[in-house]
Amino acid sequence: MSGLKLGGVKLGRAALEAAALALFILFMAPLLLVLVNSAKTAFEVTQYPLAMPEEWGNIGRNMAMIWTSQNIRYPASLLSSFIITAVSLVLLNLLSSQAAWALVRTKTKTSSAIFFTFVAAMVIPFQIVMFPLLSWLRAVTLATGLPLLRTYQGMVLAYVGFGASLSIFMFHGFIKSIPLELEEAATIDGCRRHEIFYRIIFPILTPIHATVLVLNGIWIWNDYLLPLLVLGKGNAIQTIPLAVSNFAGAFVKQWDLILTAILMAMIPVIVFFLLAQKYIIRGMVAGSIK
Amino acid sequence: MKTKRENALVFWLFLAPVLVAFALVIVVPFALGIYYSFTNWSSSARADSVVRFIGLENYAKSFADPAFLHSFIVTVGYTAMNVVFINAVAFGLAMLVTSKIKLRKFYRVGFFLPNLIGGLILGYIWQFLFNNALPSLGNVIPFLSGLADPDAYMLSKSGTALVALVIVGTWQYAGYIMMIYIAAIENVPVELHEAAMIDGASPLQRLRAITLPMVAQAFTVTMFLTLVQSFKQFDVNVSLTSGGPSTLFQGRPILGTELLALNIYNTAFLSNKLSEGQARAVVFFVVLAVISLIQVAVNKKKELEL
Repeated sequence: MSGLKLGGVKLGRAALEAAALALFILFMAPLLLVLVNSAKTAFEVTQYPLAMPEEWGNIGRNMAMIWTSQNIRYPASLLSSFIITAVSLVLLNLLSSQAAWALVRTKTKTSSAIFFTFVAAMVIPFQIVMFPLLSWLRAVTLATGLPLLRTYQGMVLAYVGFGASLSIFMFHGFIKSIPLELEEAATIDGCRRHEIFYRIIFPILTPIHATVLVLNGIWIWNDYLLPLLVLGKGNAIQTIPLAVSNFAGAFVKQWDLILTAILMAMIPVIVFFLLAQKYIIRGMVAGSIK
Repeated sequence: MKTKRENALVFWLFLAPVLVAFALVIVVPFALGIYYSFTNWSSSARADSVVRFIGLENYAKSFADPAFLHSFIVTVGYTAMNVVFINAVAFGLAMLVTSKIKLRKFYRVGFFLPNLIGGLILGYIWQFLFNNALPSLGNVIPFLSGLADPDAYMLSKSGTALVALVIVGTWQYAGYIMMIYIAAIENVPVELHEAAMIDGASPLQRLRAITLPMVAQAFTVTMFLTLVQSFKQFDVNVSLTSGGPSTLFQGRPILGTELLALNIYNTAFLSNKLSEGQARAVVFFVVLAVISLIQVAVNKKKELEL
């Protein structure tokens, strides 16, 4: 009897193993096909999209083509994406955490009202602000002389504004759980109000900083619509998603090159993910449940 | 007294940068957006030129436009299918990778990976799969030869193209939702399962009596997350189908898979009806706000029950 049951369990386990492997292959197949077809000529891609490439060396040739193509301007786009993401992330983490701390530790009606406004704004979809945003930023530029459309500063300003709600909300939840005694002790030791944040609180926030970095980083790096509107098409500054979309539009059906461009757009994300997967998965899950 | 003033100063200084950015890109455009939806605001207008109040005209025109109505229906259909598929697949995957199979940690990472690549890029990849790789599969494998028939290309008809969008949506999002289920499943105390096993409960009985009730809270989170995410879908829509192919609706040719977000964009930039696009965006916002209010109410109720 027990032997039979054991057999049943073993069989069940084997079926599970097989199902998991099959699903894994199914999930990875699209990405694998991108890699395989990046190493083909235009003719091979259209005739034999599922076959292994005749000459893997073609991948180098295709990648060199993308690297130097004036339509995608890959190196410049990579740099622009990197600048926009990095600067926005640094500012979002610093400015949102200090704002959240101020909101948690100041118990006034104004403070609660501001916090409530930030939280409520999370419901606002980008679609309702995107058209007025453009004419309004143009008006602000006219009034201040600071160019915001088609510039890095405009892009970063937009990400700080759009990312503030969720970031403040995440920091707010974490800071609430930090005991006040810590700050009181620092005050008695002669710490000034702002020093309490930068010296005592900021270093404690490391885990939540990581979560906020991951959530915002993935959003900003992959974002398409906001850069499309703020930076515009054909701008000297373009992000990787904009570059890929321009390229795919200009080289319709030239899948050997489009897929190579896609491969090169995915490489930075995948490398980063493999290096920091623990933090990324943890951060994304924490961000969803909050 | 001095510290009080210093505290107030620090409060405003610390808040100032985010408040300025927030006001510049959200508060003011939001208010302007609602106002413009009741005006004849147009793309040639600068912010300082005169815009005329026209009441509900933009809304009336929107609801009289078959393309907008169709877009609404398609978005609801897409969202419903997406929510069901993503959650079913995600829960199945979560059960699979929380069992004692080999390489389960490795599989988790693999299933999660598509989520990190932007929707725009995913859409292009799948355009290639649906238009080239799948038909080629039909040429190679005899009993799938139907796939090679140009009439059977998924993106060539609006019905199947919508299913294609759901397939990509599921592939993109299931791994992420899976991670939330994994966290919930791993929170179920092992003792519960052990006690049930001693009492002779089958795996299916344990799933129904232990796992499902224990992850009920996660279900609320994932349902709303996938609901909102699907309703707002734009990137994959642009790169996979661009809203196409065309189809007939109420006697007019329209784009068959144009989801709401894309319809709003196209109304403003392709048809050059900026204020009408803005009115549609306000409708879009109201629907999302209602969904959020329901979510808050459901969560409140759940918390009371606990």
